[in-house]
Amino acid sequence: MRLPCPICGERDIREFYYQGAAVALDRPDPEASADAWQDYVYLRDNRPGPLREMWHHDSGCSAWLVVTRNTLTHEVLGAELAIDVKGARA
Amino acid sequence: MPVVDLKPKTPLDNMVLLTIGTVTFAEIDAGPLTSVSPYLGQAGNLSDALKSAHGMTLPGPNRATGKDGARAIWFGRDQALLIGPAPHNTLAKHAALTDQTDAWATTTLTGAQATDVLARLTPLDLRDAHFKRGHTARSDLMHMNASITRLGTDTFMIMVFRSMAQTLLHDIQTAMEGVAARG
Repeated sequence: MRLPCPICGERDIREFYYQGAAVALDRPDPEASADAWQDYVYLRDNRPGPLREMWHHDSGCSAWLVVTRNTLTHEVLGAELAIDVKGARA
Repeated sequence: MPVVDLKPKTPLDNMVLLTIGTVTFAEIDAGPLTSVSPYLGQAGNLSDALKSAHGMTLPGPNRATGKDGARAIWFGRDQALLIGPAPHNTLAKHAALTDQTDAWATTTLTGAQATDVLARLTPLDLRDAHFKRGHTARSDLMHMNASITRLGTDTFMIMVFRSMAQTLLHDIQTAMEGVAARG
């Protein structure tokens, strides 16, 4: 499997570290309810099909990526920098 | 008290000059290494400062600029590595500078089959049309984080963390022997 890093170009999967579904981008407010935190930490929909995932290009450019991948076919549908998705925090 | 003349010890102890088949592996003394990370929005100004102080622009992703003795290679997201000259004061206005001289083992791999040796160790696409002279990459080299730069048709510069120097030597030697055995 190869992932299209927006900075480095298409690279082998060995260069990447997999973190999981891209929920970390939607972390609840620290004061949010226990239910909101329960959802964030434990509950996943786990539907087959296209899934947004966090990958770290750890032996490449060190950027966090949001990769869209079809979990049924392993087709990689695209990748963007997490910082572009979330917005730069200066 | 006697004056002791201390000699710096390089990551591979200056000892490595290994030729197997058509390929030669050598440690090089590239001079001071400095990581250069531009502050937010300062990449353009930093590139100008690099140009006037050291004669090369700030390299974009996967590229190296400059030449032997004064080179800058892309070294990660928003980071370059200045190799050779000590950084000029003017760079500090636009970028965070950190001395890396003792942190990396710097080596070259030279020879007609250097690409074949590297192909056994890294997932990078090293074909001539894809990875040309002046191209660089951060990638894997047998599970080590490495920086690989093509300096010439048959010459690569390979850098790994200093603590991994002996592992690099072992892996490169094994790959060189494998390539040589197959002719």
